Amino acid sequence: MTEPLLDTQLLEVNLGPQHPSTHGVFRMQALLDGETIVKLKPVMGYLHRNHEQLGEGMTYIASFPFTDRLDYFCAMTNNLGLALAIEQLAGGIEVPERAQYIRVIMSELTRLVNHTAVIGFLLNDMGAFGTPLLYAFREREKILDLFEMASGSRMMCNYIRPGGVREDVPEGFLERASRIVAEYPRFLDEFEALLTQNEIIRQRAQHVGVLSKELAINASITGPMLRASGVDYDIRKVDGYGIYPRFAFRIPLGTVGDVYDRYYVRILEMRESVAILQQALKEIPPGPSISPKGLQLVKSPRTFRPPKGAEAYGRIESPKGELGFFLASDGSPQPYRYHVRAPSFINLTVLEDLCLGHKVADVIIILGSIDIVMGEVDR
Amino acid sequence: MRPALEGLKSAVEGGLPGVTLQLEGSVLMVEAKDVPRVCRFLKDTPAYEMDYLANLTAIDYPPDTLEVVYHLCSMRQKHGPVALRVKLPRANPVIASVTPIWRGAEFQEREVYDLFGVIFEGHPDLRRILMWEGFKGHPMRKDYVPEDQDAPDERA
Repeated sequence: MTEPLLDTQLLEVNLGPQHPSTHGVFRMQALLDGETIVKLKPVMGYLHRNHEQLGEGMTYIASFPFTDRLDYFCAMTNNLGLALAIEQLAGGIEVPERAQYIRVIMSELTRLVNHTAVIGFLLNDMGAFGTPLLYAFREREKILDLFEMASGSRMMCNYIRPGGVREDVPEGFLERASRIVAEYPRFLDEFEALLTQNEIIRQRAQHVGVLSKELAINASITGPMLRASGVDYDIRKVDGYGIYPRFAFRIPLGTVGDVYDRYYVRILEMRESVAILQQALKEIPPGPSISPKGLQLVKSPRTFRPPKGAEAYGRIESPKGELGFFLASDGSPQPYRYHVRAPSFINLTVLEDLCLGHKVADVIIILGSIDIVMGEVDR
Repeated sequence: MRPALEGLKSAVEGGLPGVTLQLEGSVLMVEAKDVPRVCRFLKDTPAYEMDYLANLTAIDYPPDTLEVVYHLCSMRQKHGPVALRVKLPRANPVIASVTPIWRGAEFQEREVYDLFGVIFEGHPDLRRILMWEGFKGHPMRKDYVPEDQDAPDERA
């Protein structure tokens, strides 16, 4: 080895907290050797408002609007996670058929919204400024209009309740949803034609930020990030919550576990979501949208007092991974302990492992491919 | 699918002499000193293969106890979650870290340390994660009194 001509030293650089590519107020302390990452420590908590303590100070039902603000891209699935945990805590609350279908429709629409947006952001991070993101947001907006139709709000839906949903979908909703879902594959084709085989994207994303299967399992990684590393684990299949076992859909898996696989698994998952939506929109039966027990719980939340010592861990496959709600009761109308197992918080565990040895520009797209929302990371 | 807890209890007690578990409802109570052995046993025994730590959190029961809760699953065999609980003395809550067994515990243990004040021995980097450096107290403890937002700022 030859002596370097110039003295060099490691340089410590802060990426964030206020930076457009950090997807919220998030900081990375990086130690650089030239352009290469030697060490990287994520710093979070800027958006921390102790969501869990707030939840322990109010009735079970009153937490629903707050869950909207966890992962603010996926309000519907956040509501569903809490509703399942409460149903489990109550020892099972019946959910009418129609409500089950509405829940699946809303969850899969949420998955489309989330994956479309995150791919748009990822492309932004790669340097494709604006254009792919605007394509993505155009499609996302159509689905947000649907959410507004059903719940009155584009993003803070506060819609799913234990025992069903807050109210039935309005007239014309199902037709409009069917139209949007029918058009979605065309958008995906167009999006893919621009991106999937794109030489620049392949150069930037392939073999960057590779996550091995073993580390992914060991580090509790869930969601598309886990499946991009080739692990077949999807809670919709594993737990089969709600009526998911009725639908035919596949679990797309990656082979390499790099940024490119994380991008492509999301594209494929959207195609499966479209398949689920088509089945659900065709089969949805008429009927009530909330069961009597659920309605009673929603109308008079203080009468819901689970027995002392009861506890429940309800989990769903949210677009970002395993979203779990842990509830423990002391016999009062408020949860004694309310904990959120946030997928994007735990998926950040391996950020440093993925970035080591890569360049600064790669850090940005690795972070983008993890798919974080700070509302959920910091809680 | 959840594995039968009685079977799991007797398998652990049979495989690890000197360890006793208590079955309370749907929860297995483990003694603090046994946690690393029980966790490693559940991870390495082919019948269970709990390779995935789904969730780790704590519950505060003043005046004397703090409990740490683990939810374990198996990704390979697709079963779980199984809930383990450990009672710790509230005045001095110290427990061995499970981060060497599951990397997934790294941030979750930091969060429990930050919000509840549980010390995880053997954790590679036990610092606050959500609250800022220099913050006093542990906000998820039941006796924590939130700062009065309307009080005049003493530094001013």
